[in-house]
Amino acid sequence: MRKYPMRLAFLAMALILVLSACGAPPATEAPAEEPAATEAPAATEAPAAEEGGFQIPDIEDGKFNVAMVLIGPHDDGGWSQAHYEGLLYVEQNVPNVHVAYIENVPEGADSEQVFRSLSRKGFNLIFGTSFGFGDPMQAVAEEFPDVMYIHLTGINSNQTNFGNLMGAMENMKYLAGMLAGARAKLDGNPKLGYMATFPIPEEIRLGNAIALGMRKTCPECTMDVRWINTWHDPIIEKEAAASLFDAGAQVVFTGADTPAVADVAQEKGKWGVTYDWYGSCKVDACLTTPYWVWGPIYATITEGVIAGTYIPGWDYFDAETGALGLFGFMEGQEMQPGAAELDPAVITMVQDLLAQMLAGDFTRFDVFTGPINDNQGNVVLPAGQSLEQVDLDAFPEFGLPCSIPVCMKWWAEGITAELPE
Amino acid sequence: MDAIIILQAGVATGTVLLFATIGELFAERSGVLNLGVEGMMLIGAMTAFSITIATGNPWIGVCMAMLAAGLLSQIHAFITITLLADQVVSGLALTFVGTGISLVLGEGLSKAGTVALLPSFSIPVLAQIPLLGAIFFTKQSILVYIGYLLTPLAWYYINRTRGGLHLRAVGEYPAAADALGLNVFRTRYFYVFVGGMLAGLAGATISLAVAPGWFSELTTGGQGWIAVGLVIFAQWDPLRAAGGSYIFGALRRLILDIQGPTILLGFKNPFYYNPYWGFFLQMLPYAFTVLVLVIGSREAIRKRLGAPAALGEPYIRGERGL
Repeated sequence: MRKYPMRLAFLAMALILVLSACGAPPATEAPAEEPAATEAPAATEAPAAEEGGFQIPDIEDGKFNVAMVLIGPHDDGGWSQAHYEGLLYVEQNVPNVHVAYIENVPEGADSEQVFRSLSRKGFNLIFGTSFGFGDPMQAVAEEFPDVMYIHLTGINSNQTNFGNLMGAMENMKYLAGMLAGARAKLDGNPKLGYMATFPIPEEIRLGNAIALGMRKTCPECTMDVRWINTWHDPIIEKEAAASLFDAGAQVVFTGADTPAVADVAQEKGKWGVTYDWYGSCKVDACLTTPYWVWGPIYATITEGVIAGTYIPGWDYFDAETGALGLFGFMEGQEMQPGAAELDPAVITMVQDLLAQMLAGDFTRFDVFTGPINDNQGNVVLPAGQSLEQVDLDAFPEFGLPCSIPVCMKWWAEGITAELPE
Repeated sequence: MDAIIILQAGVATGTVLLFATIGELFAERSGVLNLGVEGMMLIGAMTAFSITIATGNPWIGVCMAMLAAGLLSQIHAFITITLLADQVVSGLALTFVGTGISLVLGEGLSKAGTVALLPSFSIPVLAQIPLLGAIFFTKQSILVYIGYLLTPLAWYYINRTRGGLHLRAVGEYPAAADALGLNVFRTRYFYVFVGGMLAGLAGATISLAVAPGWFSELTTGGQGWIAVGLVIFAQWDPLRAAGGSYIFGALRRLILDIQGPTILLGFKNPFYYNPYWGFFLQMLPYAFTVLVLVIGSREAIRKRLGAPAALGEPYIRGERGL
């Protein structure tokens, strides 16, 4: 009796550690999203039926009811907040619509219950804003053919009531890359850094867009990469930013959520480029922010679904929808101090290109138009040839019919990193 | 990859583990295993950050963090020392309580922006020492320097003073200590409180110095558990605890920095050529903790490692001693 409790205790602790590690946010191949904080799930709107610990909001009769399922808190200052603001935009701009959201919903079985409950309640349109909601949404969509499901960042669609939605953030990253290249050149330290999350096509695509932009304004610039294997971990993000700055980077980009790169840049007297939400560019060391504006695109989809004209599929939008932004360069915004000091020719170039993007004259395919070389000296795209949609989100091993053999598995010239094997 | 920069950053992040580990070491030396380190650190981090926002003075933040975490630890002390409950169960519960309280009270804090931080500075003469000066004495937070002082002081206190003798006596053979007139209960309460205060200081070190801010439970990210493992690894010795803490601190940065160079010791650097390898390194501190805990679960090994004999045993007056 005397001896065993301690032994059991230590083994129990070891077990708990292992289990909690397994329960940590899964490192799946998910496009930009926030893995759930495991805190208590909260609900919103009128307290109503409870399903698996989630308060399922009520619908309003006689209105078109829109629900949104968020993986993180609605005020996370990043990914989820940008979506939440898009939902509010729908409420204010589409007539006769009632909106509701559920936050902190983990991916997997829990989310399937949430989607099913929302459907049973009578919601007409349901948005799910995380990669891991895809399979549950698709399963529930089979059961409720009258409800429309829109999945963000995913890969599947049934083309009747389960659709996919994503945007060409590479446009804005390209412009930000131009600014960062010019900034590094001006500071006499032609080196950038890119804090990437997971080795997936999306992160490589966005990194390549940054590098292509960088080379426009600073042909001698190079870019370091650090993989952090998380979408959201403020401490690791800070350490990775510090690691990149200490390795000599002058401007550091993040593919993860928090504004850590800008905070660390502020300490180190360098520059950071944050991501996701326009409000994340707070400190002076923040050069700019490529961000999402989901409102208009959500409103268009909602109106289309109400009118019965929206056909779900693989909806991939460009900047002319107004759903993408570059902080400091959009209407009514002031440039960050670090951007305002740049060569006026560069600023004009960025502004012109942005105007073209907003007009729909410069798209993601123009970003990825040859001549493009990879960092091994191979030609990825000869002059005049462009990538196609299928190339953007694929690796060769996915078996998709890419237009070039490497799909998106290449690093652009100037990136000092290797590909995942 | 600059080794000096990695070690410099490692010493700073390692200071978090140092405080937590030495705090837990004090509690365990008195015979009380407190698994609530993670929860107490979170309370400390949250309190330090929110009090600093409210008062504008990070020192008040640090003091309140230590007090708050110390008070939290007294729940564990009461349950295990007075009510004689199982220390493991109570300690785990303390982690949940601490995490929960800090999440509720810390809601909204993550968007508070920047606060006054603790000062960082170089030590004039010592910073000139080649290599060591750059690593240990250049532009470090004042808490890092406090860590340097705490380590030898803790060792000296435990091994060379009357108070330390009492502490060890209570942890090794409480019945004998009691017979000699030591108040076992009061001593254990006190050192559990000390452990709590140091865990609170560890939390404050994160939120006011190493990675300023409050980021819910991601703030500590399991470091409290690593501290518990480090105490065993350190064989309940503060000097070894300090070494282990700094090594783990440096490892955190190394995981990222090692992705930089193409050549490592004359070989192709696998961490550069395949980013998936980084997962393995990230796992190491936690795998180490699991391993140490499994090894530490063997009574014989624990004895050989030098664990306090009465660790984990509630002391019941009048019952036969160990």
